[in-house]
Amino acid sequence: MSATAAVHSLWTTAAAEPIARIDAPKIEYGQLAPMLIVVGAAIVGIAVEAFVPRKSRYYVQMFVSVVALAAAFAAVVALAANGYATTKAGIAAMGAIAVDGPALFLQGTILLTALVGLFTFAERRLDPEVHGNRVDSFAAQAAAVPGSESEKKAVRAGFTTTEVFPLLLFAVAGMLVFPAANDLLTLFVALEVLSLPLYLMCALARRKRLMSQEAAVKYFLLGAFASAFMLFGIALLYGYAGSMSYATIAQVVEGTVPEITPALAATTGNDALLLVGAALVVMGLLFKVGAVPFHMWTPDVYQGAPTPVTGFMAAATKVAAFGALLRILYVVLPGLRWDWRPVMWGVAIVTMLAGAVVAITQTDIKRLLAYSSIAHAGFILAGVIAATPSGISSVLFYLAAYSFVTIGAFAVVTLVRDAGGEATHLSKWAGLGRRSPLVAAVFAVFLLAFAGIPLTSGFSGKFAVFKAAAEGGAAPLVVIGVISSAIAAFFYIRVIVLMFFSEPRPEGPTVAVPSPLTTTAIAVGVAVTVVLGVAPQYFLELAGDAGVFVR
Amino acid sequence: MNPVNYLYLAALLFTIGATGVLIRRNAIVVFMCVELMLNACNLAFVAFSRMHGNLDGQVIAFFTMVVAAAEVVVGLAIIVSLFRSRHSASVDDASLMKL
Repeated sequence: MSATAAVHSLWTTAAAEPIARIDAPKIEYGQLAPMLIVVGAAIVGIAVEAFVPRKSRYYVQMFVSVVALAAAFAAVVALAANGYATTKAGIAAMGAIAVDGPALFLQGTILLTALVGLFTFAERRLDPEVHGNRVDSFAAQAAAVPGSESEKKAVRAGFTTTEVFPLLLFAVAGMLVFPAANDLLTLFVALEVLSLPLYLMCALARRKRLMSQEAAVKYFLLGAFASAFMLFGIALLYGYAGSMSYATIAQVVEGTVPEITPALAATTGNDALLLVGAALVVMGLLFKVGAVPFHMWTPDVYQGAPTPVTGFMAAATKVAAFGALLRILYVVLPGLRWDWRPVMWGVAIVTMLAGAVVAITQTDIKRLLAYSSIAHAGFILAGVIAATPSGISSVLFYLAAYSFVTIGAFAVVTLVRDAGGEATHLSKWAGLGRRSPLVAAVFAVFLLAFAGIPLTSGFSGKFAVFKAAAEGGAAPLVVIGVISSAIAAFFYIRVIVLMFFSEPRPEGPTVAVPSPLTTTAIAVGVAVTVVLGVAPQYFLELAGDAGVFVR
Repeated sequence: MNPVNYLYLAALLFTIGATGVLIRRNAIVVFMCVELMLNACNLAFVAFSRMHGNLDGQVIAFFTMVVAAAEVVVGLAIIVSLFRSRHSASVDDASLMKL
């Protein structure tokens, strides 16, 4: 009782004294440049929506987005070249953002993925022209009820949802901050900034709009539910440590905090606050990653969302969320290692096995890739569990390799079409290799990379992750990982066999001829897959140099 | 009054919200339950802020309110568009995609 009265006097007496001068915060604009550029461009994009005539919006938005993502990537490279990834790594923006190796590596990956994803967003030659207007994968007018008169009017007038470009940029901005966040508040705000635009983009499909809206509702409700849990976890961790800063919480967890107030002594005596808080925060991140048992949203959302959005989401969100998870586990909770490792062991095992086994029963190519992404989340978790420096760098490498394969694979899915839009049912893919050998061969390359066949990036990534896990004392996990890789290889190979060794159906789908935009996206995907598979050494070293967190 | 009591209240509100998300069928009500969970978090933040005697928790409560407002904007837009195309906001009816 007396302790609370003393605490209360902190801000009742302060007002009686002359108010001290409040110093302006010191912001390192140079080190924050990648995020600031992307946010700035997103705001410019909104102004473009308001002021530029409808006809030219698409081109202006494309230009703004491409320039912003390229400039932000250049800023990341400049920061890394100036040693901010290694020797000059530090904390910026009054402790809110960490500028270090993992953050810069993942930001670079996210920006490149987003640039490739942007090309698939901007594709306008796959659907036939409607009333003389080229159309993309997004609804003419999202607010119009599907099949209604107002929707027909919007289509006739040639409306397009060019808002997806600023939405993409906002999502990217959140993703850039997410793995670099250095306090829990920044983590939460970044999570919401990356999620909210994704919820909206899921609802914007041009074809199969009911499914798209359903996917958005499911993603939104489950995402909001998960972030509420995470926020409660943040509240409990704040209550335990009396601070939001990662470094301070880590000190309190390890018991090396310099000054212990009576309030802190009272809360640190209560381990329930720490354990429940850490579990809830990690749960929120595992939801974003799509790990079992928090994976329920993944197949429905991946299937219902417009395919370019699915590709971008599958690649970039995973990179950002694993970055944040690594930082939480390695920077904030290393003192709790003996508590979180067994739990993460269990999560990794069920994620790998469930993802691989359930994928076998799938008949829709987008759902199949969704379950495959769950299995891959399990493989990456095996590297996270290693809790060694090589664990960090192997996860970084895996994320870079995986994101390009994913975005390329979903870009190929947009090409295979019939009268109803994309032909995603697997039976329609039968004989695709005879109809269109090039597209089928490219897709086969991506599937082999998912399966982890040597000479593809999937193999180098899996090898690095499993090696790190084995060195980190998680050998049983590696055995289970290899078994579930074998199970997963079965259904990847089955799709390849289906494409090349079965008769094409007479009423089967056609392969649309894409514009240079999608061609570039797929070509980049293939190039990265092959280069990281054949000559991974340079990139492994890059990830190895980047693998040290600042605290 | 002992601030720990407010933590119990926050945990109770959070549990009511989480239960509501799991058992209610109307998307709007589910969403309101999520908002209740966020408000429970706010209460916990403010109570912890008082216990530790620093202002961090109160500042976070403001951020949470802003985020919740942004979430309402996005969420209601999605739910209303679903309602207009299906004439139902039930989360059980939205089942086009199944295994």
